[in-house]
Amino acid sequence: MRSTGKIALIFAFASVLIGACGEKETNLAAGAGNAADAVYVAPGKYDDFYMFASGGFSGQVSVYGLPSGRLFRVIPVFSQDAEKGYGYSEETKPMLMTSHGFVPWGDAHHPVLSKTGGNADGRWLFINENNTPRIARIDLKTFKTAEIIEIPNSGGNHPSPYCTENTEYLVAGGRFSVPVPDNRDVPISTYKENFNGLISLIKVDDKTGNMSLAVQILAPPFDYDKNRAGKGVSKDWTFFTCYNSEQANTMLEANASQNDKDFILAVNWKKAIEYLEAGKVKDMNTPYCHNVLQEDKHLVVSELLKNQKLLDPKECPGVVYFMPCPKSPHGVDVSPTGEFICAGGKLAAMIPVYSFEKMIKAIDSKAFDGEVNGIPVLKYDAVIAGEVQKPGLGPLHTEFDDQGYGYTSMFLSSEIVKWKLGTWEVVDRIPTYYSIGHLCIPEGDSKNPKGKYVIALNKITKDRYLPTGPELTQSAQLIDISGEKMKLLLDFPTVGEPHYAQACAADLIMKNSTKIYKLEENHHEYVTKTEKESKVVRKGNEVHIYMTCIRSHFSPDNIEGIKVGDVVYWHITNLEQDWDIPHGFAVKGAGNSELLIMPGETSTLRWEPKTPGVYPFYCTDFCSALHQEMQGYIRVSDQSANTPLKWSLNEGQ
Amino acid sequence: MKSKAHLVVGGVFGLAVYLFSSCGENAGTPAPVNTTETTVSGETPTNTDPMSNKGIGPVKTVSLGDISTEMSEKGKALYENKCTACHKWDAKHVGPPLQGVTKRRTPEWVMNMILNPVEMTEKDPVAKELLAQYMAPMANQSLTEEEARNILEYFRSLDK
Ligand SMILES: [Cu+2]
Repeated sequence: MRSTGKIALIFAFASVLIGACGEKETNLAAGAGNAADAVYVAPGKYDDFYMFASGGFSGQVSVYGLPSGRLFRVIPVFSQDAEKGYGYSEETKPMLMTSHGFVPWGDAHHPVLSKTGGNADGRWLFINENNTPRIARIDLKTFKTAEIIEIPNSGGNHPSPYCTENTEYLVAGGRFSVPVPDNRDVPISTYKENFNGLISLIKVDDKTGNMSLAVQILAPPFDYDKNRAGKGVSKDWTFFTCYNSEQANTMLEANASQNDKDFILAVNWKKAIEYLEAGKVKDMNTPYCHNVLQEDKHLVVSELLKNQKLLDPKECPGVVYFMPCPKSPHGVDVSPTGEFICAGGKLAAMIPVYSFEKMIKAIDSKAFDGEVNGIPVLKYDAVIAGEVQKPGLGPLHTEFDDQGYGYTSMFLSSEIVKWKLGTWEVVDRIPTYYSIGHLCIPEGDSKNPKGKYVIALNKITKDRYLPTGPELTQSAQLIDISGEKMKLLLDFPTVGEPHYAQACAADLIMKNSTKIYKLEENHHEYVTKTEKESKVVRKGNEVHIYMTCIRSHFSPDNIEGIKVGDVVYWHITNLEQDWDIPHGFAVKGAGNSELLIMPGETSTLRWEPKTPGVYPFYCTDFCSALHQEMQGYIRVSDQSANTPLKWSLNEGQ
Repeated sequence: MKSKAHLVVGGVFGLAVYLFSSCGENAGTPAPVNTTETTVSGETPTNTDPMSNKGIGPVKTVSLGDISTEMSEKGKALYENKCTACHKWDAKHVGPPLQGVTKRRTPEWVMNMILNPVEMTEKDPVAKELLAQYMAPMANQSLTEEEARNILEYFRSLDK
């Protein structure tokens, strides 16, 4: 995204920006004082919306308030986070296990809020990982990553993890076609014979949110780029864009842009499930990991699974259809009623909008224009509802308001274009700074968008902020869409690339926020619920320290009898039962991160001291006026020493 | 082409000047004051007499009868699990010694201190004084009213 080629393109389209400049002046000039008022959330007051932004290649999710743009939290998901001990503590390491072993980094793209009846329900946030295909579930009671499932037989898990109307399924695909089943050693030149695209349906348990891989649907070896599940009238369907219908396996920049039209793939997921239940599937046996946080044990358990069900559309008619779409489409989005499916033909000069009703009629009347790999291609004229003409350059993604308008991001001309559903006319446009990718309207992918703002998620911010060396911050821009003209209110920097974001009304989430973990409900194997029970236990060269902490001391805080060569596990339970009182833990020389332990939680740090000596440990999170006093010592002796194992608190004073 | 792009940038900076001047006009206007926060709660006590001060919190009145062994036994178990990290019966520890507490304080104050320590140490004159003396905040252990009542009963049995 940061290549000079892209920057050169921006300059090439500078004339477009200039064209829009007059409007920009009006927007800003009219808005100056009002804009500040519109985003000002007084100290001690709450924002109206939560916004969850992907961190892109940071692998994390960041949480902002709207309209203030204030950053509340970074939730570690696919990458280790030393600040929180995530991916470093013994309890959380298994969350980053994959069939490739421990993978401590991921590329996160699309946060998706769970839905009930097509509306955001504030229960979970799902997000995909591109590189080592995975989907995570974040629990919005605790703002913690609660589960990660790996998607086998897939490459580039980009069109993922958009959910169906009631979060029955998450839908995933592969940007990179790969040999299916996976892990086969074949010549790359046999791409057309041996490679396939794959659409995965991941079932979500309505009560627990737990994910399981239901079925994988074979698709031609194209690049599947984005998807959206339908809703309302189209609730049984999900839609993918794909490019590289040329099936090139090299120099795609040129070779995958040959055809005038690529495709939207329409998948009837309900029918796929019927075929699955009727057993019309084959078994595959590619290993993949499923990692689940057991909240009562404060422990992530990772399981290596082996079985997948493969559905071949050739043997299961009615599951998938292609709709032709202008050159290399990117985004695909569904209007609030579910009737219109709108694609971002990123190299096209218009936005095609398809009608679901017409699509069903075309299927029923077999209005086909041939087929690809046994999959019928519907006639473009039979399915198209309208085209938004000359919207700008590089249309990517569309979200909707509650007034019948679509808002489409234009990557090349760096703007958002507002257009009317039904007449397809462009009614307004506003520049963005710069190279907008996704955009977000609070609950803008639901049946009832809260159409007050649109947030532009920008890749490039050159000249917008104080410079910080070769790399500059990426950013979000808050734009008021409540009036006839869009109005820029606020720029705010983001953590990592704000690839996509979803936002929802604050009251859906805030009322359910967990304040503490109840000690009575802590069933961690190494929990210590009272100071009296704190102890040190040796098992061969393994030493388990059962430690407690409360403002402001550890128990025990003097430990002796550890030897070089021991593997020491610090199992620390935070005895606090009050909101917002975590304690931290660090010990000198630990080749690991700190621990940050929530009230009522148990966390474990593995420590292997290399030399004899006395090692201080302390609390890292400023917890009280006597926080600096929250410290202790552990003595490590030579392997041959006879130092007896002992531990104490407040002894000999 | 490049120079055109710079012109755009220039336009933005030009506007920035305008924004600043319009901000300047607003500078004299005081920021909106959050009125609900400064509203004084009718409850804020000034009672510094520990034997009549009931503290602040959910417990308004406690009627004491004969000491119940059942309650005090439950209270003992809770005390050992939830209180002894910071309190000793007969000596100063992280917090004050508890011996004689039922003779020094009202039963309501003791329970409110257990159930609502943050507000107590912010607003109650007696609790504020204790925080200043010990510097360690009383930890909220998220106990129920019934549990706090049982702990009080245990203290009564020891103070008998
Ligand atoms: Cu601490």
